[in-house]
Formats: sequence, C-alpha cells, structure tokens
Amino acid sequence: MKSLTTRLAVGVVAGVFVSTLASAETIRWARAGDSLTMDPHAQNEGPTHALAHQIYDSLLQRDMSGAIIPSLATEWAALPDNPNVWRFKLRKGVTYHDGAAFDSEDVVFSLNRAMADGSDMKELLSSVKEVRAVDSHTVDIETHGANPLLVNNLTNMFMMDKGWAEANDVMTPHDVAKGETNFATMNTNGTGAFKLVSRSIDEKTVLTANPNYWGKSIYPSQVTEIIYTPIQSSATRVAALLSGEVDIIQDVPVQDLGRVSSTAGLKVGTAAQNRVIFFGVDNADGPTADLRVRQAMNIAINREAIKKVVMRDQSDPTGVIMPPFVNGWTAALNEYPAHDLDKAKALMADAGYANGFDITLNCPNDRYINDEAICQAAVGMMGQIGINVTLDAKPKAQHFPFIKGGDSDFYMLGWGVPTFDSHYIFNFLVHTRTGDRGSWNPTGYSDSAVDDMIVSLESETDLAARNATIAKIWAAIQAQQMYLPIHNQVLNWGMKDSIEFAVQPEDQPHFQFLTFN
Amino acid sequence: MSAQKSLMGRFRESDFLYDFKRSPVTVVSFVIVVMLILLAVFADLVAPTNPFDAGSLNLMNGFTPPMQPNAFTGETFYLGTDDQGRDLLSAIIFGLRVSLFVGLTAVILAMVLGVSLGLIAGYRGGWVDSLIMRAADIQVTFPSILIAMLIFGIARGLLPPHMRDELAITVLIIAIGLSEWVPFARTVRGTTMVEKEKEYVQAARLIGLGSGQIMLRHILPNVLSPVLVIATITLALAIIAEATLSFLGVGAPPTEPSLGTLIRIGQDFLFSGEWWILLFPAATLLALALSVNLLGDWLRDILNPRLK
Repeated sequence: MKSLTTRLAVGVVAGVFVSTLASAETIRWARAGDSLTMDPHAQNEGPTHALAHQIYDSLLQRDMSGAIIPSLATEWAALPDNPNVWRFKLRKGVTYHDGAAFDSEDVVFSLNRAMADGSDMKELLSSVKEVRAVDSHTVDIETHGANPLLVNNLTNMFMMDKGWAEANDVMTPHDVAKGETNFATMNTNGTGAFKLVSRSIDEKTVLTANPNYWGKSIYPSQVTEIIYTPIQSSATRVAALLSGEVDIIQDVPVQDLGRVSSTAGLKVGTAAQNRVIFFGVDNADGPTADLRVRQAMNIAINREAIKKVVMRDQSDPTGVIMPPFVNGWTAALNEYPAHDLDKAKALMADAGYANGFDITLNCPNDRYINDEAICQAAVGMMGQIGINVTLDAKPKAQHFPFIKGGDSDFYMLGWGVPTFDSHYIFNFLVHTRTGDRGSWNPTGYSDSAVDDMIVSLESETDLAARNATIAKIWAAIQAQQMYLPIHNQVLNWGMKDSIEFAVQPEDQPHFQFLTFN
Repeated sequence: MSAQKSLMGRFRESDFLYDFKRSPVTVVSFVIVVMLILLAVFADLVAPTNPFDAGSLNLMNGFTPPMQPNAFTGETFYLGTDDQGRDLLSAIIFGLRVSLFVGLTAVILAMVLGVSLGLIAGYRGGWVDSLIMRAADIQVTFPSILIAMLIFGIARGLLPPHMRDELAITVLIIAIGLSEWVPFARTVRGTTMVEKEKEYVQAARLIGLGSGQIMLRHILPNVLSPVLVIATITLALAIIAEATLSFLGVGAPPTEPSLGTLIRIGQDFLFSGEWWILLFPAATLLALALSVNLLGDWLRDILNPRLK
C-alpha cells in the first residue's frame, strides 16, 4: 500500500516536472504595440524590427549587449586595394523556412529591395552604389566613396529569398504611407530562429522554433515557441505579468516598477535605451517657422517635471535628439536649457505671438513610454506661454503614416539609432526630403550646406575630420532649434525569475539568446 | 395666479407626491440627482479650478494624494490630483457636466427620433411600419455601444483632423442618440396602434384633420407617459454609454475629460497605489447612474396603473 502511494506520488511529481519543462520552453511575450508589418523592408520601426529579428536574419547583428556579431555573414572587410568595396563571406548551409538555400543572389536581391521605392530602409543604404555577387557565398558592396561605417547600417537589413519573393510577387516593399499591403505583410520566409505560425494583427502572433536554424549550436536556443500579444493598456499589461499570463513584458509602466520587482517570482531588468524622444515642429510654415517661437517652445518644456512626475525618474532629459550611445554625442550638446516661462513669453512677444496661436499636437499612444501623458503635459506647458494646443493621440499604426505624410505641424517622435552613429539621425531626420533621404524629416527644414555635409560623411575615411563635420552639423541644427528634444528613454523589461535575459539597449529581445534557469 | 396655486395644491395632494415621500430610496436618489445636476450646471462657480484650462495646470502637482500636501509644491487638494496635476474635485465636477450634457442631449435626440418614427409606424401601418420596425429589429440585434462606436468611428473618419476634438462631443451625442431610439419607437408604435382605433381619433379624422395634426395633437399626448419612463432609464444608459466610449478612448478627449475619461486615466494607476484617481470619478459615476436608474424604476411603477 505504502509503496503504491509512493509510486503514485513519484509519478505525479515526475509528471508535473515534465509538464513544467515543456511549457517553460514557450515564451509569452507582450509589449504595448504590435509590429506594423511582416515585410522586413517596409517599416524602419523598433517593434517591427524586434519581431522581424525572430524570423529573418541580417548579414550581421547586435548581440544582447549591443556589440556587432556575425549572423548570415561570417567575415567582412573592405578590400585592401579598394576601400570603396566591402566584401562579405556568407554562412554556408543556411536554408530558409521553406527549405530554399540561402546564397549571394538573395543578398543582392534583398539589398536592392531595401533600396527600392516603398522601402523605409533606403537612408541606411544611401551610400551604396552597387551590390554584386562574386560567387555563390561571397558578396561585394560598393559604395560611392569609402564608407568605413557601412556595416553598422546592416544590423536591421533582413535577407529574403529571391525565389520566394518572385513566386509571391513581393519584389518590392509595400509603401505603408500610401496604405499599400502585399503578400509579405502577413507571410514570411526567413532564415531566422523562429517560423511564423499564425498572426492576427494587434492580437496575437505565434512563432515556433525553426528546426533547421543555423544558429542552433551557436546560441542557447532554448525557446521552442513564442506567443506575442500586444497589450496597449499599461494596467492590463502589468496585470498579465503579475497573474502569470505572460512571461516577459518589454515596457513595465513606470508607476508599476516597484510593484513588479517586489512581486515574488518576477524581476525587472533595467538599461538605458538607445532612443531619444522629441517633438518635431514645422520649420517652414506657420508660427513655428519663426526661430524665436521654436526657442520659446523649447524652454517652455519643463523637462525636470516630465522626468519627476510623468516618468518617475525613469528618463534622462536631454537638449539634443541623440542618445549618449551615438558617435557625436557630447555632454555640452546634451545640456538642456532651463525651464524659463518669462523668457519664453518674451520670445513669443518678439515674434509677434504675444497672444499665442492654435496648433494641433499629433501623438502616438502605444509606442513610447508614457507617450500620451508626455503630450498631455506638453499641452499644459505650451498653454502657459499662450499656445493653445489640441491633442490628437492615435495608435502608432495611424500616427506614423500621418507624420510621414507631412501634414503635422507639431508631433511626437522617438528615434533609436541602430548604427550608433550621428549620420543615421542626420540622413533620416535632418537631410532635406528627397527621394532617398530625409524621409522622416517632414518639418520643412532644408539647408543645402548641411545636406552636403551629411552626404560627405558617407565617404570620409579620416575619423577626426568626420567627427568634426558631425559636430558642425549638430551646431547648425541646434542653432535653428530644428527639433524640441525631451529625453532618452530608460528600458524596463519585466520578466519571470526563471528567465535569464539581458536587456538590449535597442529594446530588441533576440529570443535565441534567452535561457531558463 | 390662482390657476397656478391650484396646480401646486393639486400636486401637493396627489398620489404622485404621496408615493414619492413614502419611498426613502427614491427621495435619496432624487436628492443625489438634483445635487449632481446643480454641481454640473454651476461648475464654473463651484469648482476650485478650471481643469480644462491646460495652461493653468502645474505638472509638479501630479499624483498628490487626497488631503495631503504635494511633496514638491506643498499644495493640498480635497480629492487629490491626477497624473497631470489636475485637481480631481474640479475635474469630476467638470466631467460630470460633460457626462450629463451628453447623456441628456443624447436622450432628447433618441426620444425625438424614436417617438416620431414610432408614431408614423403605428399610425400609417403597412410597409412604412414594416420598414421602420424591421430597421429597429436589426438595430437591437447589435449592442447599442457597438452601434455608437461604429457611428463614432465613421464620423471621425469623415471629419478633418482639426475638427475632430471640437466636434467630439457632438459626435458622441449623435452616436449615443442614434443607438438608443428603438425602445421609444417600439413603445410609441404599440400605444399608437391602440389609440388610433379609439373614437376621438376617428372623430378627428372624420372632421378632415390631416394625419400630421392628428398624430401630434391627439395621439402624442396620450402616449407620453411611458415615454417619460423610458427617457429616464435611457438617460442612465446614455450616461454609461458615454463613460464606456470615453473609457475605451473614443469619446471625450483627455484634455477635456468626462467621467469615463477620468476613469480610463485612473485605471493605469491602480497597481501603483494611486487609488484616488480611479475611485472618486468611478464613485461619482456610480452614484449618478444608480440614482437616475432608481428614479426611473420608481417612475415606471407609479405611472403603470397595472402595477399598483
């Protein structure tokens, strides 16, 4: 009798153990907003890349500490006799989820696709002249001038299968700003650690481990399934973590940090994020075209109060739209002006707007940490210098195309810098809007001297001279108060104690790195 | 003058007042509703600050607990402040105004629409009746909040962005009004069908009065008492519908919060222990909706002779 009970007990315990093991390999992952598209070149946006990184691979990638490591390329170097050409040796034996082999044809195709119309990745490749396949596993990228930092631009540049793209008519990315979609919006075929099983936009995306993943022996690769659920409401998201409904959330609301870290079985991982949050204003038309108005708005923003009250100290106020991770950052640039209402009012009066004006502030409500609350605070701060602001807060899926369309006079945007270099900020946010540059500069700011300097960065090999040009460009932007910087974000990932996972400064969890303890 | 006196006298001796006084729940509900309405009407005079004036807010006052001085500014607020440093008491009083205004006007809209359609359907009969009542049947198969969201969504899509906030309240009223007309139409239609067979209507028809005049002058006064009951109950529904829409983020804008918007803001801070941001607006909404509902129930019992 006794032995039967013991055996039963052992059986039950063993059963429980086995079932925990099995379920522990599934990661239920949540964050505020969903990926905007599965097409890897259609949106250059954090959460979109974060999901794409599970499915697609780039030639090289950043590990969880932010360092560049090999991915689909195993070696890369500029040719000794021609610094304008970078040669990449590709990894052998890599297959796509549908079984097709990965080779240099796919690299040539993917990079050209990322430079095609409709791509949101163009600025990253604006220095590229031509991509050539040397043999089946060697690719040359030729730039207009020697570009020593080309590889930094390739960490989010995903590789697609040419044959699959041809078969499904997705040879070019769909233009999100125009409301287009294509087969690749909802379907994927990558070489990554996970395969897409099902996707329901804004609800749930299920991924399963790719059994033929090339990195299986390189990375821990313990996760067998990912269930990704966007949860916009911060209270609901935290409740889901507290109740054990999800295993990891990428954005613990700042007011709930204490609660999550003091809950048994949960922990919070914190790291400074490589992302700056700022307001864009129309530099060309309307009241904000006047430099004094932009300066007045800049000093009317009480960054300390935003940090203390809205962000509960989880932010790093700044006076420049550049996180400290970025080459070109200096403490002097980072310094922000004191909050000074009297001076702001005087500037407004000088500009002829003593009685203020009306303006609409466009704001996302599911993208950045407390985005809508920051915008609401800004409405009050602008109100104090007579600017009557109407707040229009929308989900990012509507906010971003609207901003890019250029119809906003005053908007919130955040900018992460995957290349860790100022050029990335300049090429997207500062350069005059042309076909392949300045796509996220809807402000109307345009300075041909600045444009020339930005382009010259792509072929400047003397790093000291390059950094001097970068400093000059920043000085020009700051003098014009082109943007109104707010702060750099601090990341707070909430997760179960059983998970070992470093917080990545780009806010990109790469789940092949995750281990269970 | 004397006629008015006798009216007051008649009211004082009526069953209506007698029943009212004998029901303490009703008296309490009535007092609450009157108080809340007065607060909303005289919000500018009663509220300590104007929460809609964004420029007057001090962000540093954010998250001040009730009756305790703020850690940075030292200011004290009766019901505390929300995340933007808005005085909650003022925000609730002004939010009450938004909620009541939207509720009342939406009910008036629903009533006018429902009564007119009900009268026409009941009086005309035939295909007109079928058309109107089938439309009503289809509409009741959808929850009214869904209809309101649909109308709200379409209206926002059609409006240019700069007009959206200005017209948000109007759109809200139309959306709720259009989703609540069915009960009015059904009741009025039923009563109209009974009334139109009665002698006084036949007589009116014989002397050659037009159908419009018969409907408005003769039938309408006789179908009004159930309409009054439905209106009261619908008012509670409309207030809750407004709160729900605002809670879902599609109603009143966050810079001019209604009670529902305040509750939406407050729910983000439940886990972090800032309970007052949610509790006070929610309690106000509960008191308002419950009181209006209890009044409506009582009115239904009183005006329905079969329940006496």
